[in-house]
Amino acid sequence: MGADIGVDAGGVTGGSSGGSSGHTSGPAGPTGPAGAAGRDPRVPFGPPPLRRAGSKGEWLLAAALLIPNLVLLFLFVYRPLVDNIRLSFTDWNISSPQANYVGASNYVEWLGRADTRIVLTNTLIFTFATVVLSMVLGLALALLLDQKLRGRNIVRSMVFAPFVISGAAIGVAFQFVFDPSFGLIQDLLAKIGVASPNFYQRPGWALFMVTSTYIWKNLGYTFVIYLAALQARRGDLDEAAEIDGASRWNHFRKVLLPQLRPTTFFLSITVLLSSVQVFDIIYAMTRGGPIGNGTMTLVFQVYHETFVNQRAGYGATVATVMFLILLVVTAVQVRFMDKGARA
Amino acid sequence: MSAIARLSRTNGRAGMPSAESGIQGRGPVGKAFGYAAMVLVLLIIAVPLFWIVVTSFKRQENIYVRPAEYLPIPFHPENYSEVTSRIPFSAYFRNSVIITFFTASIKIVLGVLSAYALSLLRFPGRNLLFVVILAALMVPNQITVISNFALVAQLGWRNTFQGIIIPLCGTAFGTFLMRNQFLSLPHEIIEAARMDGAGPLKLLWRVVMPLSWPTLVAFSLITVVNEWNEYLWPFLMSDDARTAPLQVGLTFLQNNDGVTNWGPVMAGTVLTILPVLLLFLVLQRQMIKGLTSGAVKS
Repeated sequence: MGADIGVDAGGVTGGSSGGSSGHTSGPAGPTGPAGAAGRDPRVPFGPPPLRRAGSKGEWLLAAALLIPNLVLLFLFVYRPLVDNIRLSFTDWNISSPQANYVGASNYVEWLGRADTRIVLTNTLIFTFATVVLSMVLGLALALLLDQKLRGRNIVRSMVFAPFVISGAAIGVAFQFVFDPSFGLIQDLLAKIGVASPNFYQRPGWALFMVTSTYIWKNLGYTFVIYLAALQARRGDLDEAAEIDGASRWNHFRKVLLPQLRPTTFFLSITVLLSSVQVFDIIYAMTRGGPIGNGTMTLVFQVYHETFVNQRAGYGATVATVMFLILLVVTAVQVRFMDKGARA
Repeated sequence: MSAIARLSRTNGRAGMPSAESGIQGRGPVGKAFGYAAMVLVLLIIAVPLFWIVVTSFKRQENIYVRPAEYLPIPFHPENYSEVTSRIPFSAYFRNSVIITFFTASIKIVLGVLSAYALSLLRFPGRNLLFVVILAALMVPNQITVISNFALVAQLGWRNTFQGIIIPLCGTAFGTFLMRNQFLSLPHEIIEAARMDGAGPLKLLWRVVMPLSWPTLVAFSLITVVNEWNEYLWPFLMSDDARTAPLQVGLTFLQNNDGVTNWGPVMAGTVLTILPVLLLFLVLQRQMIKGLTSGAVKS
């Protein structure tokens, strides 16, 4: 039995953190994985071996089934990824049929421009705050709502609900919530005798507004994933810690957190990828402003340079830089977690 | 084995509540703290939503006042008729339905077919193709929009549904999710069906699909919600109500009325949010399952 639930520790797991975590799932909680019973132990990275070579008909059928999806992905994901790099060496303006090769001048411009530092700082603050806070708060909420509390199911639903609402709608709605003259926040602050910061005009506060709105909307995701992981954890370890008289903090640090490590790894990557890509909330709330670039992030700059300033070449340069940064950060995360797992 | 594990865990929970309450909530103080925290969370989520709904029923002079009023007195539902008459709301709604329906359907079908080929058909290069599809997950949309915009504009597909829908239809996530589901099916059942002479398509339709409904439903729900909420691409493709979906229409409205006329803007927001929220309330279990099972196996 130990072995059985042992694997279950990785109920919610990042497979790339090690082969063993692939054998997921013994007891599936209510939100647990599908079809837990009778799972092929080779899932997910080892499909059943080829017992007999497929017949020619099977091969043709496979091609027919796969080709539409492959064509779409090549045409609209991989082709533009490469094409984007080509465009970054041109002065293309998005509407003219012609683009001139300009060498690395866009990159030189990027390195020298005054707003580059601002955009990078904004992106860093926004991304770091959203990733760390939504993971910490998501875990805290999961721990809270994993307890036997009356009414927890309603609160669970409430926490998750904002995640399914469109970012644009949330952005529009929260622009009014933060309205420094007539919004909800200024009214609540006024009730305790504090003057509302000007969320619309002050760049720092605008970034705060956008960041907290994003966290409010997306907290439900980290919460749900952590909750599923908690429900799939090893009850026997909790009991052992209980019997040993471990303090709550030690129990959390020594028993729970290590079990949640694959989940934490998975979330750190998915939340990072999605928060780096935020466009709708920023567009709806600030259009990248105030003062031109108060909440301008890399993704927003790609849009702004390409479609507002009509400098698609420069936009493509920013996009390429962003992609490289993402690649490096993800690689560092993978390494970091690998090391941690071995230590 | 896993049944035993489940049983013993359940017993552990029943006999020793601490097994569930984990690190907090032992004793009455912990419980009180737990409830206080729960109420706080509830307020943080619910009050902004309440505020939005209340504002959508307020007259303009009751919105622009200090201190703020928390109840819509006098009750003013005219914001809703105003927003639906000021902007072509029904056209935006229709566009959202069209875009969501086609994009989600194509994605679901392609996801199932690709996953089936990559899990239960036998052909050379299968794993390589899987990696090729999976790697697309790592490419953010925003990096591809410039070149895709150029391509679609060249085809003359701006402000058309095919221009919005087709570039969104390839699916890496769905392939991945359904492949894991298909691989988790009991091997004996698949083999037995093959022995009985079921061809590959019959196997898919009669055996694999019926066993995979829950995952398919979860995957479909997540896809529908994602497509409904998709913003950047339809926004770039649409100049007006011919093809713009609800979210884009809402920001058009905000361009004209935001800050100066919050009542109708909040009414529009409520109408945009409502369909997905209702869907969520009815089907949240399945939706959450899709998300977590995606996490489980990635």
